[in-house]
Amino acid sequence: MNHLGLVIKREYLTKVRNKAFIIMTILSPLIIIGLLAVVAYLSQLNSSRERTITVLDETGVVSDILEESESLKYLFLEDMTLEEAKEVVKVNENYGLLYIADHDSISEIAKQVKFFSEDTPSLTLITSIESKLERKLTEIRLQQQGVDIDKLRSSQTKIDIGQESFLGEKTSKIDNVLKLAFGGFAGYLLFMFIIIYGNMIMRSVIEEKTSRIIEVIISSVKPIQLLMGKIIGTSLAGITQFVIWVILGSVFMAIMAGIFGLDMTSMQQPQQELMQQAMETPEVNIQAQTIINSIYNLPLTNLIVAFILFFIGGYLLYSSLYAAIGAAVDNETDTQQFLMPILIPLILAVYVGAFTVIEDPHGTISTVFSYIPFTSPVVMLMRIPFGVPIWQQLISLLLLIGTFMFTVWFASKIYRVGILMYGKKPSYKELIKWLKY
Amino acid sequence: MRDLLVTDSVSKKFGDFTALNKVSIRVPEGSIFGLLGPNGAGKTTLIRIINQITMPDEGSVTLDGEPLAPHHIRQIGYLPEERGLYKSMKVGEQAIYLAQLKGLSKAEAKKRLKTWFEKLEIGDWWNKKIQELSKGMAQKIQFVVTVLHQPKLLIFDEPFSGFDPINANLIKDEILKLRNEGATVIFSTHRMESVEELCDDIALLDRSNKILEGSLLDIKKHYKTNTYEVGLVTSNEAELRRIISSRFKYDPAEFKSLNEDLKLNIKLSSNETSNELLNFLSSHAEVNHFNELVPTANEIFIQTVKRNAI
Repeated sequence: MNHLGLVIKREYLTKVRNKAFIIMTILSPLIIIGLLAVVAYLSQLNSSRERTITVLDETGVVSDILEESESLKYLFLEDMTLEEAKEVVKVNENYGLLYIADHDSISEIAKQVKFFSEDTPSLTLITSIESKLERKLTEIRLQQQGVDIDKLRSSQTKIDIGQESFLGEKTSKIDNVLKLAFGGFAGYLLFMFIIIYGNMIMRSVIEEKTSRIIEVIISSVKPIQLLMGKIIGTSLAGITQFVIWVILGSVFMAIMAGIFGLDMTSMQQPQQELMQQAMETPEVNIQAQTIINSIYNLPLTNLIVAFILFFIGGYLLYSSLYAAIGAAVDNETDTQQFLMPILIPLILAVYVGAFTVIEDPHGTISTVFSYIPFTSPVVMLMRIPFGVPIWQQLISLLLLIGTFMFTVWFASKIYRVGILMYGKKPSYKELIKWLKY
Repeated sequence: MRDLLVTDSVSKKFGDFTALNKVSIRVPEGSIFGLLGPNGAGKTTLIRIINQITMPDEGSVTLDGEPLAPHHIRQIGYLPEERGLYKSMKVGEQAIYLAQLKGLSKAEAKKRLKTWFEKLEIGDWWNKKIQELSKGMAQKIQFVVTVLHQPKLLIFDEPFSGFDPINANLIKDEILKLRNEGATVIFSTHRMESVEELCDDIALLDRSNKILEGSLLDIKKHYKTNTYEVGLVTSNEAELRRIISSRFKYDPAEFKSLNEDLKLNIKLSSNETSNELLNFLSSHAEVNHFNELVPTANEIFIQTVKRNAI
């Protein structure tokens, strides 16, 4: 086996067998799923409590619009004063009292609606009552002014501009949102990976120095092989952990769902209900159709391949920067001054992606940033859904890999010189000087 | 004797600081070569150049007649002064890994390790982690790892630091054994008593320059002063001193003895022999101590370095 292979194998096995690593691998999804379960349980507890709202309606207009549900009951009072009604609510320990005072004009009624309760009432409840009342009162006023409500409803018009390229590809606003979401997702994932595993690589590069084995190792392996092996080995360990997280996460999720019945999904019930309602209306149905269509419209094969390549490329490049830091310092406390600048280009990339690419995917700024290696993994991935020629993607990828190789070479150079400088804290100026040795 | 390693006018600068100034040494094959010098003389830099950790600015290094190249790494075993092992790795696994980096196959490495571990009686450490071992124990592992791939050239930088006398002796015997089996050893140390015991040849570095090189025996001969340390038993000390001073130069000497002797260092001129001295002394007093004063490596070291400083 060659040296690189040996180093990769050792790095991988040491990482994977490390107790802390194993514990984190198993515990992280457990903790996250556990927290989710607690949240789900609590929200279920919350919504399953039955609330009764007492309604004292002197106008008699709202009785037919307040629909009862499993968790929400209404108690309608009649021929009572407000004070008596408040007493009833207190005695029955009801959730609150909705009071609508009678007036001649609708606008006065609207102003005088009140809700009395012991504690501050839930915002969603108040909003839902408000919107129901608003609709009802508006309709009553329209009718008073002689408007036919049915005609009004049927004449409402909705517009969705259909977009089409000259080649006949249909696109839509949803398309753009989807494309952006894809790029954003890629950027976010890259970001997470770098933050979680970048430090691991840095520490692994410092390991030889802290354990003082460095001279033994460096007299057997070339620094570039050592660093490359460390980057690849640690990355593989990271990928292993990530895959296990995804698998364990899904398994735990399934188990939780089994234990709690449909509890997990009940968390999203309000949204689901909304969705269901929306699906029933024809226009929205069409919209859902467009979403699915636009997913098919994306250059999927290109996207997936580009995603894998740019993700790996970007990850390796940033890892090599962490490795370079590790190479330059003797111990972890010295790394602080170098850590901050690393993530700035990545943040910049996300900004460029979010503000420029969506505005003008093939403009100068977008194009330039999709070539710069430090930003290309995010920006290029955001551009690709809008259609980027393969040769541009290839050039960008080559630049990315080239820069990665250069950084590793640079790091190995620093590493070799760093051995001779025991205990000397490196500055940026010092680093440039080292390159000349 | 053939020279295994030759450095020819090797120079190395770090910025404005000259670490090595045209240093040439010849390490004969199958010998133990002592690379000596005070702190900061450039020993470690020279050793690093031989191990290709750094490159010389000028000059060349040849191993076995070939200019030093990356593949020579397999023929060199290096035990640095700054040493350590991966702390969280198991002993056996780590030794195999390091051996594989030196080009051994896994099976071969395992076989040789077993033999070595038995020899040093450390077989039951195989599955222990380095962090569970004491410093001396870890040093033993390190020694085994250094010699495991049977390199032609072994470089030990302060090999005995961290060892108790028993283990230091064990390692010393192993080094001698390796030499007798044909390996060439470069041995860098400050401890002159181990130089006396081990080294066939030495080179002395001081402030980036080589100031002395040759076989230890020749150097000692060159530095000896023809002085003899004697212990004499006599009833009349003053008379004896007078008789001796009439023929030889002498100084009072200090050494441990069971008797209340007259202790003297007597210096002979170059045309006188030890036999003449002995005959002379025994005709006047009872000689119960007679010893030629040979300069120790330590004395040579200090003397040479001091002279170089003037």
